Amino acid sequence: MGKHLEERFFLALMIASLAIVTGSLVFILTTVVVKGLPALNLAMVTQVPKGGYYLGKEGGILNAITGSLALAGGATLLSLALSLPVVLYLQLFARDSRFVYLVRLSLDVLWGIPSIVYGAFGFTLLLFLGLRASLLGGIMALAFLELPILVRAMEEVMIMVPFELKEASYALGATRLETALRVVVRQTLPGLLTALLLAFGRGIGDAASVLFTAGYTDRLPTSLLRPVASLPLAVFFQLGTPVPEVRERAYASALILTVIILVISLGTRLLARRFTRHVVR
Amino acid sequence: MRRMRFRRLQDQFAGHLMAALTVFAASLVLLIAVALLMRARPLLDIKPLGQLLTSSDWRPLHGEFGFLPFIAGTLWVTGLAMVLAVPPCLLCAIYLAEYAPRRLRETVKPLVDLLAGIPSVVYGLWGTLTVVPIIRDVITPWAGKRLDFIPLLHAGNPTGYGVLAGGIVLAVMTFPVIISVTEEVIRAVPDGLREAALALGATRWQMVKGVVLRRSLPGVIAAIVLGFSRAFGETMAVMMVVGNVAQIPRSLFDAAYPLPALIANNYGEMMSIPLYDAALLAAALVLLLVVLVFTLAARAILLRAVRRAV
Repeated sequence: MGKHLEERFFLALMIASLAIVTGSLVFILTTVVVKGLPALNLAMVTQVPKGGYYLGKEGGILNAITGSLALAGGATLLSLALSLPVVLYLQLFARDSRFVYLVRLSLDVLWGIPSIVYGAFGFTLLLFLGLRASLLGGIMALAFLELPILVRAMEEVMIMVPFELKEASYALGATRLETALRVVVRQTLPGLLTALLLAFGRGIGDAASVLFTAGYTDRLPTSLLRPVASLPLAVFFQLGTPVPEVRERAYASALILTVIILVISLGTRLLARRFTRHVVR
Repeated sequence: MRRMRFRRLQDQFAGHLMAALTVFAASLVLLIAVALLMRARPLLDIKPLGQLLTSSDWRPLHGEFGFLPFIAGTLWVTGLAMVLAVPPCLLCAIYLAEYAPRRLRETVKPLVDLLAGIPSVVYGLWGTLTVVPIIRDVITPWAGKRLDFIPLLHAGNPTGYGVLAGGIVLAVMTFPVIISVTEEVIRAVPDGLREAALALGATRWQMVKGVVLRRSLPGVIAAIVLGFSRAFGETMAVMMVVGNVAQIPRSLFDAAYPLPALIANNYGEMMSIPLYDAALLAAALVLLLVVLVFTLAARAILLRAVRRAV
């Protein structure tokens, strides 16, 4: 019975593949925890780099933690300000289906653009505006990077809104804008929050786009026009030094970054589960 | 009555504003391409793109900007990543879509999503801490002893940083894209086809092989194209493990210098050497164009697959 042997053979291969995929996740997470945990201490998350920090003296990476939160937070808000109108337009206002098709196509291409290209584009934009690498520059580059992610995630939730609900709103005499803001947005609020968290998580982990545009500094972020530190670059730069103590801090920084990502991903899931109960289906 | 007019005006104004923002968002791709092209013009005016892409003479100080070593580096690393990633990803997706009990699938899918969310520097760190030492201490010495007669496996680089390390890290990074898209297209195959195959006495694997895979082949190809495109532009993780030596790799153990790493590594000094910034932005433009072509191709294949499946 050759066919049953073949069945078993491929089933074994499939289970092995599943083990490789989930195993690599476990491998990555344990590497980060095992290497990062011993190097982690309170000073890492409460202090900025002191003099001689990069030679192994005292200090922490509070500058990078706050910087990353400011970068990703600002970028997510800016991206929301651009993507919410786009999504509402596509869902409620647009009449020309060829235009909608073109917009979706263009957003699909944006989704695939590598973050280093967003970084290079942000850099030329900064030169054009006469600015230097700064918090604002980083926010702009990241906002463009997050745009297609936000649009796609928000559209996915808005498609779920039953057509009858919109019809009911129109029948009561509401305009498209009123329907958009008071019915559709309210109805999909949990989903929109989930989309925002997703985009925030993508933004906070990205290094290549902020490399040119945000710069790096040992100070806390205070101004939109000053350079700002970020966690991914903290990992990258500290790993590049020859001093063992500093390299260990790169491990700890990576652990902090990974924990933030895990918390966001968990939050997204809980949020999605918790809020869907109150939504009209 | 006046209130009514105000509401209508408000609605129209919002409509126009939203339309304008949508047009802006949609033209962003074009905007990026034009911005990069303008900054790359000083170099492109002297040397046509074709010449830049096929020359391997990289001496920025002498005004020579041949991209061939970097393009070769990108293709080596990305190609290896695909070879390593595609078979386990397809098998994994088939298992999740066709074999796995619902509970297992619902546990594994969030894990795959999580893999997609891990920042690329963390992948890079993992690569330098585990993959590179394994290649340096175990694989390279062993290959040097046993497999050195194969040119492709010549162990001329003892550091561990090279194409193999980059390919392995990149392969893991492309798992989520390939698995999730493949799983989706496989699940879109109508159940009636499966039942027909099973009713003819096929085993599950025979059904998968003869019916499901054949039916979803275009979608699977699109998934691979998307994975390739994702891997092609990946920067930080690859840069941290690939060695960054400007040469055309000859063996899996050689160091390489992919295009994205070139851009990222030289942002500091690019303003001090004439035409250097134009060259780096031309490199970014090349990345953009390649990704554009691949995304459009994947989309066209997927659309056709969906139309055929209905």
